[in-house]
Amino acid sequence: MQIGKDLTAASSTPIVLAILAEGDSYGYAILQRVRELSGGRLEWTDGMLYPVLHRLGRLGYVEARWEVAQSGRRRRYYRITPRGRERLAEERRQWQAVDTTLRGIWKALPSSASSRRPAQAELLPSGA
Amino acid sequence: MTVPEHSASLEEQIGEWRGYLRRRQAIHPVDVAELEDHLREQIASLVAAGLTDDEAFLIAVKRMGDLDALSREFAREYSDRLWKQLVVVDSGAAEPRARSRTDAVVAFGLALAAAVAVKAPALFGVDLDADAGFYARNLTFFVLPFLAAYFVWKRELGPATIARLAVVFVAAAVFANAYPFEPGGDTETLTALHLPIVLWLAVGVAYAGSRWRQVDGRMDFIRFSGELVIYYVLIALGGAVLVGFMAMIFEAIGIDVEPFFESWLVPCGATAAVVVASWLVEAKQSVIENMAPVLTRLFTPLFAAVLVAFLATVLLTGRGVDVDRDVLIAFDLLLVVVLALLLYSVSARDPQSPPGVFDILQVVLVVSALAADAIALWAIAARITEFGFTPNRVAALGENIVLLVNLAWSAALYTRFLRRRGPFTAVEKWQTDYVPVYAVWATIVVIVFPALFGYA
Repeated sequence: MQIGKDLTAASSTPIVLAILAEGDSYGYAILQRVRELSGGRLEWTDGMLYPVLHRLGRLGYVEARWEVAQSGRRRRYYRITPRGRERLAEERRQWQAVDTTLRGIWKALPSSASSRRPAQAELLPSGA
Repeated sequence: MTVPEHSASLEEQIGEWRGYLRRRQAIHPVDVAELEDHLREQIASLVAAGLTDDEAFLIAVKRMGDLDALSREFAREYSDRLWKQLVVVDSGAAEPRARSRTDAVVAFGLALAAAVAVKAPALFGVDLDADAGFYARNLTFFVLPFLAAYFVWKRELGPATIARLAVVFVAAAVFANAYPFEPGGDTETLTALHLPIVLWLAVGVAYAGSRWRQVDGRMDFIRFSGELVIYYVLIALGGAVLVGFMAMIFEAIGIDVEPFFESWLVPCGATAAVVVASWLVEAKQSVIENMAPVLTRLFTPLFAAVLVAFLATVLLTGRGVDVDRDVLIAFDLLLVVVLALLLYSVSARDPQSPPGVFDILQVVLVVSALAADAIALWAIAARITEFGFTPNRVAALGENIVLLVNLAWSAALYTRFLRRRGPFTAVEKWQTDYVPVYAVWATIVVIVFPALFGYA
């Protein structure tokens, strides 16, 4: 199962903010965490994470700083700001509302309707 | 991208990839460095999983995604880069080159038209020297309609916008010429000074096109205005050297070219140069885009130091501001300069980076300018009844308030940003939202003042 494009785009803000709420991180590590959490079902093109981070930065939700990593390379770390945390809480409320709504309707549907399609072979998780 | 040869070492392959990425206008070197770090880490983890360098490189590049799509995303994220992408023609492509040539032809054609227009009144016996008032009031009409026309053409604006612009220009021409101004009176001078501000906003609407309602669109227009001033000054300096040499060599053969300068070269050159400078700003964006920010960085600390020294002197010596006729105008100009320094550092700043030393300096500059202005206003307020309300003084006072409000709120927003209570974009949004206010005040001066003060 792959998650659709629109849903991927819409969920990028809460996911990135939530990962940064766990602790400061950088691009590659954030993507690793996304793969880990979604079991590879949420497929992000690597490059696309960066414009998302920049957008969050522009909105004041995250801050970026350069640090020298153990490898000796300069690496850009991101940190969530208080505004980012507020945004995250708001996103959380909204997604929980969506989740509750869906749960309600799934329960009301006969279970066969929601799983009529034969289960597809799971695509291999593409995390490295 | 082309698949690198297998014999090439990994470093070379990465180098090639980096070069490819760097040629994209929308992705800044900082972003390229970040993406490269990502690529290297991905390769390292793939190699650790047992792949060869080449295989790891190919997979890592593939996972990075389509670079065209990526540049588009970055461009959308950063309007200033999008701006650059829109105006800088892609080097090497034949079709854009043809377009840039058409662009140059149109720009120079309009510059020529402006130069002709400035001499056209002479056909009807209106002379530059004898009818200085007419020229002062109408100077903008020889320049800005042509500039607006250039952007109408360039941005392919629709008939509705064209009609609206035409109405503004025609209405402005009516107000400039229908009032029975006393020759050489204050209100005439005020109209001559404020009309360009109103019409500059009309040029801005043409410049930004459909993006005028967005923060980015107006910000681009602010950037454009600053770069235009820099280009214009450069052209003017070149022109002055040209004129100087011309005068010198013609004098050597006993011909006085001064009348030619005064009635032809200088007026025509000065008007045409505005259109040419605008075209240069558009065409050579990437060449000069760092000028305004560099000048800002250089002068912000200097101006801040001067203002702090001024305030300290006032406090220590207890000297009052010597209120004479022009003191208000001097302080207006000071606020304009401080606002310009603020605007151009705002326009060039990466909104993401956390507050730094320069941001503190910026707040010091704005706050000290506000304090200095408050001292001046205090001194003037105490004696305003003694001076009386002349049109000049009311206009200068109005401008002072308009600028003061802007800077005061900017300082508040900036301080919030420094204390991490708000995003930097709030400062940007405030500045771009405020743009129409200048034009509204200038419109009031042009339309209401002459009648209010009896055309004196």
